[in-house]
Amino acid sequence: MLIKLTGGAVYDPASGVDGAKQDIYIQDGRIVNKPAGDVQVDKEYDLKGKVVMSGAIDMHTHIGGGKGNIARTLLPEDHRADPVARTDITRSGCGHAMPSTFVTGYRYAEMGYTAGFEPAVLPINARQAHMEMADIPILDKGGYVLLGSDDYLLRMLTAKKDQKAINDYVAFTMQAAKAIGVKVVNPGGISAFKFNQRKLELDEQNSHYGVTPRDILRVLATAVKELGVTHPLHVHGCNLGVPGNMNTTLDTIQGIGGLPMHLTHIQFHSYGTEGDFKFSSGAAQIAEAVNRNKNITIDVGQILFGQTVTASGDNMRQHANHKHASPNKWVTMDIECDAGCGVVPFKYKDKNFVNALQWAIGLETFLLVDDPWRIFLTTDHPNGAPFTSYPHLIRLLMDRSFRNDVLSTIHPEAQKMTTLASIEREYSLQEIAIMTRAGAARLIGLQDRGGLSAGNWADITVYTDNVDRQLMFEKPDYVFKDGELVVVDGKVIHTKWGTTHVVKPDFDASLEKDLQKYFDRFMTMKLGNFKISDDEITEDGRGSLTVHPLKGDVA
Amino acid sequence: MAEITEVPSPFCGIGTDDLTIQVDGISLKVVENGCAVNSPAFEQAITDTCPRVDGKDVSLDVAVARAAALLKNTNQPVIGGCATDVNGMRALLALADRSGAVVDNMNFTGARNNFLALQDSGWMNTTLAEVKNRCDLLLVIGIDLEGFSPRFFERYLWNKESMFMDDTGKREVIYLGKAPSGNASTSPGGQTASVFECVNEDLPDVVAVLRALVKGNPIRVDSVGGIAVADLQCIADKLKAASYSVVTWAAGALSYSQAELTVQTISEMVKDINDRNTRSSGLPLGGKEGDQTANQVCGWTTGYPARTRFSSGYPEYDPFLNDANFLLGNGEADALVWVQAFNAKAVPPVTALPTIVVGRSGMTFAKEPDVFIPVGTPGIDHVGHAYRMDNVVAIRLKKLRESGLPSTSDVLNAIDQAL
Ligand SMILES: [Zn+2]
Repeated sequence: MLIKLTGGAVYDPASGVDGAKQDIYIQDGRIVNKPAGDVQVDKEYDLKGKVVMSGAIDMHTHIGGGKGNIARTLLPEDHRADPVARTDITRSGCGHAMPSTFVTGYRYAEMGYTAGFEPAVLPINARQAHMEMADIPILDKGGYVLLGSDDYLLRMLTAKKDQKAINDYVAFTMQAAKAIGVKVVNPGGISAFKFNQRKLELDEQNSHYGVTPRDILRVLATAVKELGVTHPLHVHGCNLGVPGNMNTTLDTIQGIGGLPMHLTHIQFHSYGTEGDFKFSSGAAQIAEAVNRNKNITIDVGQILFGQTVTASGDNMRQHANHKHASPNKWVTMDIECDAGCGVVPFKYKDKNFVNALQWAIGLETFLLVDDPWRIFLTTDHPNGAPFTSYPHLIRLLMDRSFRNDVLSTIHPEAQKMTTLASIEREYSLQEIAIMTRAGAARLIGLQDRGGLSAGNWADITVYTDNVDRQLMFEKPDYVFKDGELVVVDGKVIHTKWGTTHVVKPDFDASLEKDLQKYFDRFMTMKLGNFKISDDEITEDGRGSLTVHPLKGDVA
Repeated sequence: MAEITEVPSPFCGIGTDDLTIQVDGISLKVVENGCAVNSPAFEQAITDTCPRVDGKDVSLDVAVARAAALLKNTNQPVIGGCATDVNGMRALLALADRSGAVVDNMNFTGARNNFLALQDSGWMNTTLAEVKNRCDLLLVIGIDLEGFSPRFFERYLWNKESMFMDDTGKREVIYLGKAPSGNASTSPGGQTASVFECVNEDLPDVVAVLRALVKGNPIRVDSVGGIAVADLQCIADKLKAASYSVVTWAAGALSYSQAELTVQTISEMVKDINDRNTRSSGLPLGGKEGDQTANQVCGWTTGYPARTRFSSGYPEYDPFLNDANFLLGNGEADALVWVQAFNAKAVPPVTALPTIVVGRSGMTFAKEPDVFIPVGTPGIDHVGHAYRMDNVVAIRLKKLRESGLPSTSDVLNAIDQAL
């Protein structure tokens, strides 16, 4: 079947197209060049007055894995306020802060998203992450595997194993957990909490291993680079949420010595200690450091006001944050000498000074970082806000008067502590397309996604241009996934299953002998039972694996 | 004859995956690392291979068609048991969504003690590898742990090597409430567990006093539930002195009303210990025969644990009113689907309502169900996934033999399609 999308204004930063009127042809799931004159078009969509982008890609969203399911179980009252009924083509479920898997897929698609990446896949919980993501319809998905507080790596660092050995272990773990990236959360700190350390500075040693977060970041960032993995080491830094942590973040940027590094939900790591409340914005300094250091990419982790739930691998910081839990119930877990998690419900309030300033800090960060290819639009779903608030966030970025209207309603002391009112920048459609499409695909290393030139998979979103950008991005006219029309007028009309994106870096097979001994001595499962097989993703007939090339691979 | 090694078990809840099983045609024998729970569960012979309708052997297609016909005319079907693997639960929830059924895991009334505490105040918990490598004091509340899980101590406490302890034999074990039925909790060096017995119904008071003592609150009695307060003070002191104590309980063993308050007191006590400059974690026991699996899959599919109804067209959770036995008893239900792929002895409650059983081969019924479809057991007859007690680790179940039995998901998907 040949589909033609006629006359829309195309925003395709991957090919440098910025709003030009272009026709797009789709055949067998992919975008194709304009066929020869005599080829029959089977279906044509008139897109005059419409805006065409590729399907959006959320490069950091908690959509699969144990902590998300703990968050769901913890908050029945939140689900009750947002029940989702089944239809002839869609399953029932629940929405709001931590939606059920099916609803996650529908609601993302209904906003024009066609892929989401779970950033915190614990090796030992990777099966669950993939099983949950397997129940998310329409979207493509993938995960970044979590390392840095796992005993095996810390043991290697204590023993001063060489970089090659660490690279092998990182590659093995990526393959065993079916990952496309590597994440580190509070490097070494999750482990330190189990030894009763309650904070861990960048240069502070884990009391058992004698290893510092700085050491861990350096070896992991090096491993990712040397293995040729496109997605840079994905870092949730030290001291999340602690006033003054902007210095830790600046030091982290400096300390990585030019290696590629992605700093995630940087809003939570951009706090100063000035002012009457000893809490201030570090966004300007952080943005300046990001602008200066081209090896650094960030996503923001914007907070938006309202009820949500925070779910993080950072058991140390989540334990400290539990005193802010609202409603007052929370969970932490120590997990398998591998990782941990903490789940704390939060209600961000515009009349609360700290929350109000967090909101402003996130927006300052968006607006002060110059290069949209190195900054990504996230709320760290659900930690800063549920992903369903993205259209509102896009309007805040694209519409200065709207932004200033909202600013004028937040806690007055917070208004005094932010430069937001004076920032004139408004994001363009092309910049939004970079942050949410082309840039994200490039950052993750997705081949043939995130662009609209021939050869790309036909993940395409069509909006009606509207000065109210929230309305525009809330309700796309059409969404195509792999060339199939899945959404019309902001409603799912057809469902399908996306693929799971992975990379498969090589490792020295002799590593498995050591690991097998290690698993037999210390772990609670056999190494052979720990590794996830391809079958586990594909055997239900719905899932598939898409392996992306490494840097240096010959295409 | 073949021998399969590193076989994971979905039966014991603690994720043993070191079994060696001899396969001779369709008969199995656990030849290494068996136990009183796992060996009989693996070795049970296949007796039924043929589906039945009204007691007569029929083809699978006929049985599926009959099941669909029965369900078609119902207003409030109940799907009980819910004991199967991840794919089985996926199919079960799809069928429930389509038919507007109530889904109720057979062990939910026990598990409810945990869910109510979790959903009211939360907890700080741990997993088995942390216990194995880190735990220096294990406090067992209200359960005979080795009766529950015969290999727990061998695998997770008296392990020869641990990451962070020179001598695991120095670990201390304290029982509060129930006494151990054997000596698995005795250390390899001969150190026996300390045991402080009380009847189940006194556990709420005993645990409340223990928590008060951890917090340093004064207690004005000398004994509670027959246990000297001085002994509880000693336990409290040990909990505060330990580097990483673990407090374990089994929600289902706390079989008295409002036992969720006991779970809550235990969990809040663990939080209190963590506010006293040391570490401690809870470890809820469970995970047998797919109960964690049911709650996990129902959790991500609906947002709620596996006592959820679909009769309004969307999921509604009620940990009391959606009890299958309650609905069968008070006449709200008009059909029962019983799904139990692990345990042939776990048969459905007897009811006059139309009954469809998707069960492990070998079930014997007091009253023949309208439809009985014998299915394969996950981890024996087909591959699959099951959750371990700690809810974090999903084990990859192996296929050990070619029995020809369909899986739970095959059967439930077929019924779903027929509807
Ligand atoms: Zn995150």
